[in-house]
Amino acid sequence: MAHDVTTTGTGNTELVRVATSESRFARYGLIGTALCFVALFLVLPLAAVFTEAMRNGPGEFLTVLSDPETFAAIELTLLVAVIAVPLNLVFGIAAAWAIAKFEFKGKAFLTTLIDLPFSVSPVISGLVFVLLFGSHSLLGPWLQSHGIQILFAVPGIVLATVFVTFPFVARELIPLMQEQGTSDEEAALSLGASGWQTFWYVTLPNIKWGLLYGVLLCNARAMGEFGAVSVVSGHIRGLTNTMPLQVEILYNEYNFVAAFAVATLLALLALVTLVLKSLLEMKYSEQIAASRRH
Amino acid sequence: MALGVTLSWLILIILIPLSGLAWRSSALGWGTFWTLATDQRTVNALRISFGTAFAAALINVVFGVILAWVLVRYRFPGKRIIDAMVDLPFALPTAVAGIALTTLYAPNGWIGSLLAPLGIKIAFTPIGIVFALVFVGLPFVVRTVQPIMEEIDKEVEEAAATLGANRFQTISRVLLPGLAPAVLTGFALAFARGVGEYGSVIFIAGNLPYISEIAPLLIVIRLEEFNYPAATAIAAVMLIISFAMLLIINMIQAWSRRRYGYGS
Amino acid sequence: MEVRVQNIRKEFGRFPALNDVSLDIRSGELIALLGPSGSGKTTLLRLIAGLESPTEGTVYFGNEDASRKTVQQRNIGFVFQHYALFRHMTVLDNVSFGLTIRPSGRRPAKADIRKRALELLDLVQLSGLEKRYPAQLSGGQRQRVALARAMAVEPNVLLLDEPFGALDAQVRKELRRWLREIHDRTGHTTVFVTHDQDEALELADRVVVMSKGQIEQIGTPDEIYDTPNSPFVFGFIGESNILPVRVENGQLWIGDRSIGVSAQGEADGPGQLYFRPHDIELLDSSDGCITGLVTVTRRVAGTRHVELDIDAAHSKVEIELPPEKVTSDHSRIAFRPTRWKLFRD
Repeated sequence: MAHDVTTTGTGNTELVRVATSESRFARYGLIGTALCFVALFLVLPLAAVFTEAMRNGPGEFLTVLSDPETFAAIELTLLVAVIAVPLNLVFGIAAAWAIAKFEFKGKAFLTTLIDLPFSVSPVISGLVFVLLFGSHSLLGPWLQSHGIQILFAVPGIVLATVFVTFPFVARELIPLMQEQGTSDEEAALSLGASGWQTFWYVTLPNIKWGLLYGVLLCNARAMGEFGAVSVVSGHIRGLTNTMPLQVEILYNEYNFVAAFAVATLLALLALVTLVLKSLLEMKYSEQIAASRRH
Repeated sequence: MALGVTLSWLILIILIPLSGLAWRSSALGWGTFWTLATDQRTVNALRISFGTAFAAALINVVFGVILAWVLVRYRFPGKRIIDAMVDLPFALPTAVAGIALTTLYAPNGWIGSLLAPLGIKIAFTPIGIVFALVFVGLPFVVRTVQPIMEEIDKEVEEAAATLGANRFQTISRVLLPGLAPAVLTGFALAFARGVGEYGSVIFIAGNLPYISEIAPLLIVIRLEEFNYPAATAIAAVMLIISFAMLLIINMIQAWSRRRYGYGS
Repeated sequence: MEVRVQNIRKEFGRFPALNDVSLDIRSGELIALLGPSGSGKTTLLRLIAGLESPTEGTVYFGNEDASRKTVQQRNIGFVFQHYALFRHMTVLDNVSFGLTIRPSGRRPAKADIRKRALELLDLVQLSGLEKRYPAQLSGGQRQRVALARAMAVEPNVLLLDEPFGALDAQVRKELRRWLREIHDRTGHTTVFVTHDQDEALELADRVVVMSKGQIEQIGTPDEIYDTPNSPFVFGFIGESNILPVRVENGQLWIGDRSIGVSAQGEADGPGQLYFRPHDIELLDSSDGCITGLVTVTRRVAGTRHVELDIDAAHSKVEIELPPEKVTSDHSRIAFRPTRWKLFRD
């Protein structure tokens, strides 16, 4: 229930201000403060990325992007996202389904567990996999003797990414599915539909926009994850560097234009994500879960 | 079946790795753990991480509430875009945010160069860390408070006015206390995120041991030194403190729900 | 305090919500603003409160022009439909709020505020609940807290917007009687808005019937019910029947038949006859009466409701008969209104 302030009219209207609004002075002050804050912390950083990338003109921008190491980083990032996002899509649906449609002991604990990656530092998320698969670990020697490389290789990066992005889909879907209850599914089952048919024709259409929303956020994080991936990747150029890691390496080598050029791609990804997210929210706000928190 | 899949996946991806951490830290033994956890550099790093996260969350509470208020209550050009922009920190990879903020606030940067003659240094000091954490934490406060603000019953404000309260009294004594649970939640989320934040901080922090070195970075450093016990100990301490704080906040909220019939 | 509303006009955008409304409210009076939704009754109440500003016109509190005062300066008490209690404050803090926020010069001592709030809670029969929070109260209790809170500031006038609208029927009736008692004890000038005619007629000293941004009639409940002065009021208050009739030589006619009702002084021509279902007498003769065919009869509590087809007028009416009067379907009944009103087109 937004009630915007309109002080129009004649006569007494201007003398008696609406009881639920601030003075013009306070209003402009607050808007000004908010806009300054947004400019300083959101708009300027974004502008900085693009400006710094174009510092030496679009020619050099394109040159640095065609560097083979950068290209390999882009490829790896896409590969990781292509594996991690569908995995979390499937398990996000399964988890939301289990939590929303069934009653069982330890449900609260399960919910907490799903949320856990959000409250754990990304570095710790990476660390747990180092402790699990590293050469000092229980599994380490066994993996080594069988020639299986997890840490400092693609599987480790995928695992860390899956861990970090696990909650996105499930968290979007749980409130949505809970709200819709089980009556639709029960109706379908009573009409003779099989479990899969019920899911495909009844459940999925009901949650598709929320699902898309969750996938969108999941993908943005999967491509942009830095801390967790940084810990497990080993930073091997051209092999285990994702785009965010490549940004770090280039930046630390004072190759600013190249760093910001790669950053530009990631920033564009973020902008596209924001635009799609806003569109989804505008069009399907009711079907997208009420929880706007992430 | 869904339950089985979910459980095995959770156990595989989340529970086993995390219990690995718990097992490793308990394997250290209490004495070793204590020595590692109370190492001066570790203590300082933890203090810096929690201190800057706390400061950033406080700043975000102030400006996040103002921003949410402006977005909910006022009409002005570009409002939609600003509203969408609030989610930028969710969508922008932290490394990108880190180098962008550093470019702005370094002594030779866009804003840093304006402040440098005044003797104000932001990047490469703990203040820089706070700035980065303000960036990553902002949407948590705004997005938690905004929906609750939208639901404020206009009648409540009018009731205060009919009882003689001026606008300032209405906001400070009626509206803001009503928002307190949501603000607290937003603060907790921003704070928790800030404590663990790594990517956006390491570029702007300067990373001087004892002064501007955050705990997650120290974990990475210990890992690179193959000092796994130290890395594990720092991680364990961070997790324990974070969980304890979240627990306290949850308890406050449960209490508020019981008492006032609402919470967030 | 006496409240006078003079030639008020209020437009929202270009939509006129109130059109040239004037109303004198006497000191100590309990007045009901009654009307369907969209009639402007709530807007009028909010204008008196100062929650809205009139496009034109003036509101006087006593002899003082209140239109130029803000809602805060008017010192009124307002009770909202959905209570609008401050949910983070105890009942006691809610009631004390209006006094505690006064500037220090006009603010009573803390102990006095507490004493006054407790007295009011006693008045609204909520003693002992002062430490509760609104969430821990029932709807009826919350509305009583809201009333106590509004009375705490010793308002010039007490304004209630559909005060019982959110409560269930049983509680409504209880609170209605109780509000009247409170009013009689405290003597606050009180205006309340309602769309429930029973509430208005039972509770108010005078009822203001509103429709489409205008006042249709102001009067005591008896006047409003017994002598409605417009088709709208007749139709809106209580049950009523409408029959198209013709005036000829000071007599009312339906079709080719005089119905035995004289309309002396009325010019010849068509008109609408309004009468209540219970204001009729049955007749045996078929002269000088209205006759109709029984279509449905229903027994409702102590009366029998009979629906009649009046073929001559091509319309239906409903009349109320004593229960012992049994009528069979398709039988013919002759009757004549004993109390009626003729409205000319």
